[in-house]
Amino acid sequence: MSRRARALAAIGGLVAGLGASVWLALGVGAAPPSWRELLGLLGSEEASAARTILFGVRLPRIALAALVGGALSAAGVVFQAVLRNPLADPYVLGVSGGAALGAVGLAVLSRSAAFASPVGGPASAFAGAMLSVLLLVAARVRGRTQPVALLLVGVILNAFFSALILFLLTAGDPAVYQHALHYLVGVIRPLEWGLLAAVGVVVVAGIAALLTLTQRLNVLALGEEAASQLGLDVERTVWLAITLASLVTAGAVAFTGLVGFVGLIAPHVVRTLVGPDHRLLLPAATLAGAAFVVLADTAARTLIAPAELPVGAITALAGAPFFLFVFLRDLRRGTAP
Amino acid sequence: MNAALAFEGVHFGYPGRPLFAGLDLAIHPGERVAVLGPNGSGKTTLVRLACGFLRPERGEVRLEGTPVGRLPGRARARLIGTVPQESSLAFDFRVREVVALGRTPYLGWFGLERAADREAIQQAMEAAGVAELAERRFFSLSGGERQRVVLARVLAQQPRVLLLDEPTAHLDLAYRLRLYELVVRLNQERGLTVVVVTHDLDLAARHCERVALLRDGKLYADGPTAEVLTPRNVGEVYGVEARIATDPATGRPWVVPLRPR
Repeated sequence: MSRRARALAAIGGLVAGLGASVWLALGVGAAPPSWRELLGLLGSEEASAARTILFGVRLPRIALAALVGGALSAAGVVFQAVLRNPLADPYVLGVSGGAALGAVGLAVLSRSAAFASPVGGPASAFAGAMLSVLLLVAARVRGRTQPVALLLVGVILNAFFSALILFLLTAGDPAVYQHALHYLVGVIRPLEWGLLAAVGVVVVAGIAALLTLTQRLNVLALGEEAASQLGLDVERTVWLAITLASLVTAGAVAFTGLVGFVGLIAPHVVRTLVGPDHRLLLPAATLAGAAFVVLADTAARTLIAPAELPVGAITALAGAPFFLFVFLRDLRRGTAP
Repeated sequence: MNAALAFEGVHFGYPGRPLFAGLDLAIHPGERVAVLGPNGSGKTTLVRLACGFLRPERGEVRLEGTPVGRLPGRARARLIGTVPQESSLAFDFRVREVVALGRTPYLGWFGLERAADREAIQQAMEAAGVAELAERRFFSLSGGERQRVVLARVLAQQPRVLLLDEPTAHLDLAYRLRLYELVVRLNQERGLTVVVVTHDLDLAARHCERVALLRDGKLYADGPTAEVLTPRNVGEVYGVEARIATDPATGRPWVVPLRPR
């Protein structure tokens, strides 16, 4: 098969996989409709409880799960490329931590579960994520961006944000605690279509902009010196990529909280399947991440139905052992970083 | 005529360690020049200044007459290409994908390859002898194979000046000779200007017609190979006693180090 055919087959397979995940998620749940009734419902105009559940509850929830999964996975690919490290993801640079601090901080300071407010919580999460990007930019050393230095600044930011969050929660209103916990683990709830559209615009536009950077992300794999020797403006590329990826991350986690491991697993698995060329890896990992979170959220709402698990617990429970397995296997084969 | 690469009164140093204080060196189109000198004499810094990775504190580094700092990155990358001392790769790309990165200064938005790019990639792989490895993963290659892939990447860049920084360090005897033969051929057939920075005096002496000898950031000697590689110059710069023989087969100077001074 030619390179182009292989790429098309990979993307086609992933689109089909995402479609199957969505279909499965639509038909599974504590309440009807089952998937036998789905086709009929999709076609009919008739108002019914089943139809309300489908379009008012399940579909928006699935759409949000897909957006969050795609966004976190795409951001993971980009952070890994920029830091030249396959173990980087939105957490490592403190971007997710900043979002959490923003949301928890607002809730505690306003003495209310501001997470529930449709605008205040997400807006402050977004502001928190962008704050960590600004801190990263400010921490640049003499105009040169060293991946290791960035990584270390990210680790320090994370530790500091965690400390602040713990401090706020301990000092704050106990009623906020439960919501904050949900936010820190990651929970997907059905969202109004208007807000969903807003998330969709941020995520899709951000990923589309990142797609124009994919060849430059390939060049960064050569290291700063070789990349600049090839005419790449390394500094500008790195910061443009980090800012866009942070925007996408912030847009995703603003409503759901910190869904972990997606940005690590999906890119890693897809990279072993399609290779590290970012022109293919970025769209492929976006689709895979979307399918992964749709499936994880389906498990989250059905495993102990009618009660629900936080989706972040599922992604971490499934993700951590799986990632360890893949990583150890790669180490044995000598293909691990 | 403009020099292909010119250092004009270049001042440069690292914190606590001044290096160049008014370096002048002009390399003309089509020349093959070896830059020699002991560790710390400024060879690699010279390479980094030439390709714009470092900026001179004073003075000017010019490529075909234009100061390097004033050239846009893409234009600069079409004029000068560097085979680095050490190369790294963050992810396990295929050989062809690595060579294709050399086309970066020619690609448009989205980085899609055109027919001319594909042809340049194929030619570069064939010239460097890695065409058979095209679909192999980079991490599965030996050190020598990796070095040839890096050379192919720089050839795909189609620069007018080729800088090689210690290019034979990881190569066995046969590939050292092949690399130099390839470089000489490119120089003769396409008029590529070649600058080799190296510790391998004999290979450099055999394949370069001009030698620039650096010591402590100063150009100690510069001229035709046989005039620069004298026992006195080599002794002074490297701190060794040396004899210079003439290889009966090639007629080129041949350095025999005897003992440290």
